[in-house]
Amino acid sequence: MINWPNFVSQCFNGLVLGALLALISSGLTIIYGTLGVLNLAHGAMFMLGGYAGWVAYTHTGSFIVAIVAGALFVMLVGVVMERAVIRHFYTRPHEDQLLVTFGLGIVFVEAVRFFFGSLSKAVPPPPPLLGITPIGFMFYPTYRLALLGIVAVALLALYFVLYRTRLGMIVRAGIEDSVMVDSLGIDVYKVFMLVFGIGAMAAGFAGIVNAPVVSIAPDVGESILVQTFVVVVIGGVGSFPGAVLGGLIAGEIISITSMFNPGYAYVMLFVAMTLVLVVRPYGLLGTAGRE
Amino acid sequence: MTKDNKPFAMTLSRRHLLRTAAATGAGLGALSVGGFTFVPAFAEDQPPLGTWPAGSQGSTVTIGATVPRTGPYAVQGEDELKGMQLAVEHINEGHPLIKKIAPKVTKGVLGKQVNLVVADSGAKPNDAVQEQQTFINDNKIVAMTGATSSAVAVALNKFAEREKILYLVAISGSNDTTGKDCSRYSFRQCFYGETAANAIGPVLLKAYGKGKKAAFMTPDYTYGHTVTKSVNDYLSQNGGWTMVTNQISPLGTQDFSQYLTNIANSGAEFIINVNWGRDAVLSIQQAKQFGLTPKMKMVVPYQIPFLAKEVGPELTEGVYAATDFWWTLEDKYPLAKMFVEAFDKKYGYKPEWGANNAYMQFAIWARMVSEAGTFYPPDVIKSYEKGETFDSTVGQVHFRPEDHQLVRPVVIVRGKAPKDMKDKEDYWEVTEVVPGAPLMQKPDAFGCSLGDYT
Repeated sequence: MINWPNFVSQCFNGLVLGALLALISSGLTIIYGTLGVLNLAHGAMFMLGGYAGWVAYTHTGSFIVAIVAGALFVMLVGVVMERAVIRHFYTRPHEDQLLVTFGLGIVFVEAVRFFFGSLSKAVPPPPPLLGITPIGFMFYPTYRLALLGIVAVALLALYFVLYRTRLGMIVRAGIEDSVMVDSLGIDVYKVFMLVFGIGAMAAGFAGIVNAPVVSIAPDVGESILVQTFVVVVIGGVGSFPGAVLGGLIAGEIISITSMFNPGYAYVMLFVAMTLVLVVRPYGLLGTAGRE
Repeated sequence: MTKDNKPFAMTLSRRHLLRTAAATGAGLGALSVGGFTFVPAFAEDQPPLGTWPAGSQGSTVTIGATVPRTGPYAVQGEDELKGMQLAVEHINEGHPLIKKIAPKVTKGVLGKQVNLVVADSGAKPNDAVQEQQTFINDNKIVAMTGATSSAVAVALNKFAEREKILYLVAISGSNDTTGKDCSRYSFRQCFYGETAANAIGPVLLKAYGKGKKAAFMTPDYTYGHTVTKSVNDYLSQNGGWTMVTNQISPLGTQDFSQYLTNIANSGAEFIINVNWGRDAVLSIQQAKQFGLTPKMKMVVPYQIPFLAKEVGPELTEGVYAATDFWWTLEDKYPLAKMFVEAFDKKYGYKPEWGANNAYMQFAIWARMVSEAGTFYPPDVIKSYEKGETFDSTVGQVHFRPEDHQLVRPVVIVRGKAPKDMKDKEDYWEVTEVVPGAPLMQKPDAFGCSLGDYT
């Protein structure tokens, strides 16, 4: 299938795939950049967003309500998680942080499995977005096209918060040097809580908007988490633009390699990550020495 | 128990076992009544082997099950487990259904109640092997079971051979399981790639004609590759079909867009979807999103339990699939009726083939052990290898001694349209029950060479 129409189709497909990865990764990267905690429960946040949205959808029948409910619920979970658990781990070694977030991830996944079972749940897209749309070189699912727009808007909103608000300025300053921010009299802990909530919300939001594409199941976040890490490493830890760039690169690598040999799509993704680690250990848009 | 101290614990328990066996042997050897001296058989020609005799010396015997309860095959694993639990219950109470398959079962097997210990394999071979090792050490299991991924089945085949523990395969569709990776210690009840292909192939040619173009979707491990090969071989050699693309995806893929984009540009008329479990559910849903189906026809050569329930009958309407068992076979086979009724009564829904397969594995094991009159593994194996015909939930079946594969029919089903469904679980119409023997390759065609008994 190596021909121009398919190449163009796969490039476009990579863009859609990459946009979603970018959104999830940006949540992970701002949490790590600001708090220094690598949140291994980030995949579970993605999953929780899907389920919270699904519950809201089954009760109201409204996709908009489902999105709002999914995003807000996961933000709340993030805030509570930060207050109750993560906060006590800021001064502990990284291994402890990894273990506690990994453990929390398992708890969330198994709790959902306990209440909802393993059978997958589908959230249909809103009726106007059903069906397929011809886009010249191929037919593309209408909802996936809309998803590209939805994710772009969400990324722009995140950009606005991070680069055009006072909170964003503090967050970015915190990514560079949180001790300095603290000594300037800013309550970093309150900022940490908000950042954790926003980061989790990005994953939760992605979880519900992705539900009409990939029906949800308790394990839905597991493989996403791995890809998200790759994106963060490629883009540069703690860098929001890096997460966006990394996401798009990852999406394109997966899609374009699939055109030649789908069996190697993920191999190439990890090859790219390895190359980046060798050439620019702090990622494409990362800064050397950032914790 | 950590990974590191396992070999140590094993040596200890083996040595302990040897000592116990020797002491018991010596003690009994001295015992003579009325001129007859009772010497236990194993003292001479049956030295301790695997967990024998320690595993069957108490009033219960234990079977270790490693089924996926998480991951892409979780739904099917949970179902498999239900079949096992029902079988254990039936064996222990001497249920009439078990007695039809294993007439010598009374209450339990050889007077011993059967106990089931379970661990989650996540469909990962390493996890399954480690868990079974723990069961051997801690529970002295007399048999292992559970797969739902041929990668696990193949790993446990080798492990069974090494540890000399019987392995009842459960769901595994790869040709290799009773082909190049077959084992003296393992037995497979269910259908597999080659029999699926040879059963569904003629149906497809009859329904759709010759010279068609097909895109394959293949999960990237032994099951996927062997099933795809068998199906493609049949269709290309007998019907002149061409494989225009083969989309290989890793187990646990969630977004199939890049594979479906390739298929959209391939000119295929059919999608032969070998994906399984959640992968199948997602790829079928997404093929619909991309508008590939119903324009291209979907074919599922190796049926997935709960597929129709998960994707909805709108997407399985008209889809041909090969399967092991479907509950409406109750109209055809009396044992199937008993099974469906017992299962429905206990769990409140109609059983799918994973549960049926697990149940049958256990029932057959109970038959073979009770026929052999001992838990001594080589004798139980020989009991299987007699190849005697017995009754099952799909009629008369027997084991092939050369590769330990059950000779059994393959069931062809076609998805019903929602309006034709008589009740909410009436997803599939059985179009044919194809006798098993002619579907199978020659016993050595896939390179099976069974290992030693001891």
